[in-house]
Amino acid sequence: MAYSDKVIDHYTNPRNVGTLDKSKNNVGTGLVGAPECGDVMRLQIEVDSNNVITDAKFKTFGCGSAIASSSLATEWLKGKSIDDAIAIDNMDIVEELALPPVKIHCSVLAEDAIKAAINDYRVKNGLAPIESEKNHH
Amino acid sequence: MKIPVYLDNNATTPMDPRVLEAMLPYFTEKFGNAASRNHAFGWAAEEGVDYAREQVAQLIGANEKEIIFTSGATEADNLGIKGVFEMYQDKGNHIITAVTEHKAVLDTCKHLEKQGAKVTYLPVKEDGLIDLKELEAAMTPQTILVCIMYGNNEIGVIQPVKEISAIAHKHGALFMTDATQTVGKIPVNVDADGIDLMAFTGHKMYGPKGVGALYVRRKNPRVKVTAQMDGGGHERGMRSGTLNVAGIVGFGKAAEICRLEMDAEAKRLAALRNKLQSSLLELEESYVNGNTEHRLPHVANISFKYVEGEGLMMAMKDLAVSSGSACTSASLEPSYVLKSLGLSDDLAHSSIRFGLGRFTTEEEVDYAIQVTKKAVNHLRDLSPLWEMFKEGIDLDKVEWVEH
Repeated sequence: MAYSDKVIDHYTNPRNVGTLDKSKNNVGTGLVGAPECGDVMRLQIEVDSNNVITDAKFKTFGCGSAIASSSLATEWLKGKSIDDAIAIDNMDIVEELALPPVKIHCSVLAEDAIKAAINDYRVKNGLAPIESEKNHH
Repeated sequence: MKIPVYLDNNATTPMDPRVLEAMLPYFTEKFGNAASRNHAFGWAAEEGVDYAREQVAQLIGANEKEIIFTSGATEADNLGIKGVFEMYQDKGNHIITAVTEHKAVLDTCKHLEKQGAKVTYLPVKEDGLIDLKELEAAMTPQTILVCIMYGNNEIGVIQPVKEISAIAHKHGALFMTDATQTVGKIPVNVDADGIDLMAFTGHKMYGPKGVGALYVRRKNPRVKVTAQMDGGGHERGMRSGTLNVAGIVGFGKAAEICRLEMDAEAKRLAALRNKLQSSLLELEESYVNGNTEHRLPHVANISFKYVEGEGLMMAMKDLAVSSGSACTSASLEPSYVLKSLGLSDDLAHSSIRFGLGRFTTEEEVDYAIQVTKKAVNHLRDLSPLWEMFKEGIDLDKVEWVEH
């Protein structure tokens, strides 16, 4: 399997690996995937009073493409408002990393992780979670 | 030491230079068709084939008349299983095999099921061995063939072939074994082991790809198979087609070298494999898959919990190994062999198969140990599952949000 240079780069030098304090009210945590599928992503965001994401961290159990997708996601999230963040689409990730068709599901999981982290933050702060229109199987 | 280091000898092996040397004359000098009876070119080719046939037979304790050359072990499996089914259909239609067999056996059985064969796929125990009581219970008066592989390609476990053969023969069935990973690595003797049919190939024993053999017993009992390749009646009517003379010569030379060097090699490889295994087991939460007592000397299949196999292989890019991870197979299913052992999905996704070989050096094994440990630790730093495990969270109790 030939990986794109960007995937290899994110994999060898992952950005923003780590853990935020999930007990804090302004931290949202998304944990998606399952060990049986071979893909588990945990994505966390720290949001300031202006609804801007000031920090993002990830940890991923999965293949090179999964790790790269979630690492890229944290890079994109930092500095974005929540509204902009929720608009991140998995195909943006596919394009940026040049993921082959068999690895597209890794980008979908990353998108799910972003939305899960945002929703966790929303629920913690008394807002309703945003329903996704997309239907994954 | 050449980078990348090759530790995937279960997939294929490099050709021994002595094998290549033996083959070369048969491409441009002794290029005749071995079936050309009337001139020196044919006779020279035939001589090369006869000698190779002898060498192959000697390796397994057979008579040279019992060796049918094929294009490889896959074709030999097809010929053996389909050939027996068609030849003995008046006797019965039941075949017994195991869930951990190579696809060449499993897919062939599935094909025959569509033609009226009844197939029993025996499960295996946690260590990969079949339960002899279950085999006994599965035998019926319609059973014509028991087909169980000698040594497993993924985990290396060696099945109790003598006992399996005894059970098959007691009930009047033939015993066939796919010995692709075993012939040339440990002593295999068709009489001592009670084998009636056996598939094996050149490229797993430092010979060329594209040539293999089916051993078909001629005495006690005399076994026959219906040809699957028609057209000229070569190989005693059991496999038509012009012989791959150069390939066969190489196969013969490879067999000869194995016969002479196998014992010393097995000892050397077992020592290296044990060093590799015990060093890697120093890592927390690492597990060997399959029975370690009855195992081929050059194989180690190890799972590293909480890291994923394909990701791991990417971190070990200067090491050529293989993984039981779904990502590395075409489907998203993890290795069916590891699943048959009862391994949970996450452990099946986390496995690496190391296959040492004749040209593996201790320096390479030391390198492999270093690279693997570094990779596992790097990935565990990235793994949320490892973090959760370290915090004492029971991952079986977590409700995962699958999609």
